[in-house]
Amino acid sequence: MRREEIVDKENREHTRAASTSGRQIARDGSSRALLPPSPRERRWWAQQWFLLRRHKQILIGGAILLVMVLSAVLAAVITTNSPTLINGYVRLRAPNEYYFFGTDNQGRDVYSRTVYGARLSLQVGFLTSALTIVAGTFVGMIAGYYRRTEGVIMRITDGMMAFPGIILAIGIMAVRGPSVSNVVIALTIVSTPRVVRLVRSVVMGLRESPMVEAAIATGNTNSRVLWRHVLPNIVSPLIVQASFVFAEAVLAEAALSFLGAGAPPEIPSWGNMLADSKNLLRQAPWTMFFPGAALALTVFALNLLGDGLRDLLDPRLRQR
Amino acid sequence: MLAYAIRRVLLAVPVMLIVASAVFLLMHFAPGDPVGVMLGPDASEEQRLALREKLGLDDPIVVQYVRWLSHVLRGDLGQSLFLDQPVTTALAERAQPTILLGILSLIVAIVIGLTSGILAARSRGSWLDLSLMGGAMVGITVPSFVLGLLLIFFFAIHLRWLPVAGFQPLSAGLWESLRYLILPAITLGAGQSAFLGRMTRSMMLDVLGQDYVRTARAKGLAEQTVILRHTLRNAFVPLLTIIGLMTATLMSGAVITEQIFDIPGMGRLLIQAVVRRDFPLVQGAVLVIAAVYVLINLVVDLLVGFVDPRIER
Repeated sequence: MRREEIVDKENREHTRAASTSGRQIARDGSSRALLPPSPRERRWWAQQWFLLRRHKQILIGGAILLVMVLSAVLAAVITTNSPTLINGYVRLRAPNEYYFFGTDNQGRDVYSRTVYGARLSLQVGFLTSALTIVAGTFVGMIAGYYRRTEGVIMRITDGMMAFPGIILAIGIMAVRGPSVSNVVIALTIVSTPRVVRLVRSVVMGLRESPMVEAAIATGNTNSRVLWRHVLPNIVSPLIVQASFVFAEAVLAEAALSFLGAGAPPEIPSWGNMLADSKNLLRQAPWTMFFPGAALALTVFALNLLGDGLRDLLDPRLRQR
Repeated sequence: MLAYAIRRVLLAVPVMLIVASAVFLLMHFAPGDPVGVMLGPDASEEQRLALREKLGLDDPIVVQYVRWLSHVLRGDLGQSLFLDQPVTTALAERAQPTILLGILSLIVAIVIGLTSGILAARSRGSWLDLSLMGGAMVGITVPSFVLGLLLIFFFAIHLRWLPVAGFQPLSAGLWESLRYLILPAITLGAGQSAFLGRMTRSMMLDVLGQDYVRTARAKGLAEQTVILRHTLRNAFVPLLTIIGLMTATLMSGAVITEQIFDIPGMGRLLIQAVVRRDFPLVQGAVLVIAAVYVLINLVVDLLVGFVDPRIER
């Protein structure tokens, strides 16, 4: 099997996901949330809960993520010190009842910094995956639907995917300078081509389907066909993809910051903290353990969630 | 086979061209004036003009592009702003550590990945399978820089078995050089070995379900023969593709590993160039790393075509 075939196989599997569960979403995802639940809807919720319980990965991944999100949102409430406060009197203290995770070589509170680091990681992850999905869906739908544009768009994505992701991101950060918004821009540029490819291959399949042919035959405009008939059917592979882009963005942000090409040093980020901890391993290993564990746990939860969503949305892909 | 090889090589040409163009455009992606970004706010007007002149930024962009491309094709990647030497020389001087690290980590990844994948597939559902695949999940989840720091903490600081960081060239003696590279190679290879382990297991399971494997077993062949001769051989072609992808990924992962362990390789040079805003060097390093990445993929595709002739179509 060659690389393209592996990629294509992956895409075909996503296409199948679209054709089975996309319909379900179109049928059940109607916005009737304001009405009191009808018996049918109650049954629907019960069914979802049942599904969730069967898909433990979503449950565990989602629970860990929920804790992360809550601590990021409530960072100001649950932290005891400012994450950027420098205090020369309490340098390199081991974890204790005042500094739960200890302090670093400038006397900054590792616990507060870890919590605020979650905020940054999740912000970058969320913004990157949202922008990537929007951009990737837009370009991918055009490439898959309008045959004439396909060649150009696909050559460009090929070229961009020829770059190792982190190298391209480093290059972009080098010229744009360190800042959080530049990290989001760089990571969006890096991760969009994959979504473009995925969306394109699904849309190409859908284009030939009787459903879309009927929509065109009944005189719908192209944009209406894309918006009303194609888009709802690619939602489930997009959800799965979004969770993986999210995970990769969290990881890549930390990597860029670790390398000194991500968030500026004054911003508490897990990558920055890990880079600082490198020279403190001997005296203060806690400066490495806590941000490292938080990062690993977040990536783990996101991957678990992604795997679980994939299984839920297309049971045929489940790992053996 | 030859036709396939030629077609595949020709396909790589436009990709390389796009890569080179993207690297050229990178410079113009800077907010505002790239020269201003490079020199910082304290530079005088004369310095700026001199650098603009040196980099040829005053010419029309098409002229700049053609010039850049023709220089690149002749192997000239420009002059580093800070190192006072050509970019190609700077990169070549730092190639050895990166190549050594890449080879060693590939060995780590393949040995651990294939072994654990085969063992897990053989005893599917057993505690061995579960713990190996659990380990693989951990390996995929823990980022290399966290793993690297953990390894330094336990094996270099706590147990003092291996050096904390640094590098010794091969000329210092094989063992002396290896000692410094063991932890980096594990750091870089671990994530990939986890990935390969999962893929090996799934490919092996695919093949193990085939009729000819059942026949092999029915003939009374030893389990070892069934696994190695009948299953692994047939799972090998897709695995080769994946190992190729891994090799390319290791190349870029080396940037992070070199930074963790202070290894003076090409990746560390790239990061130093980023910090010093040495744009020509950044461009050169990104281009070379991307070119190697494309090249490895090309070689792997050719290899796969050679091993599995069904592919040439």
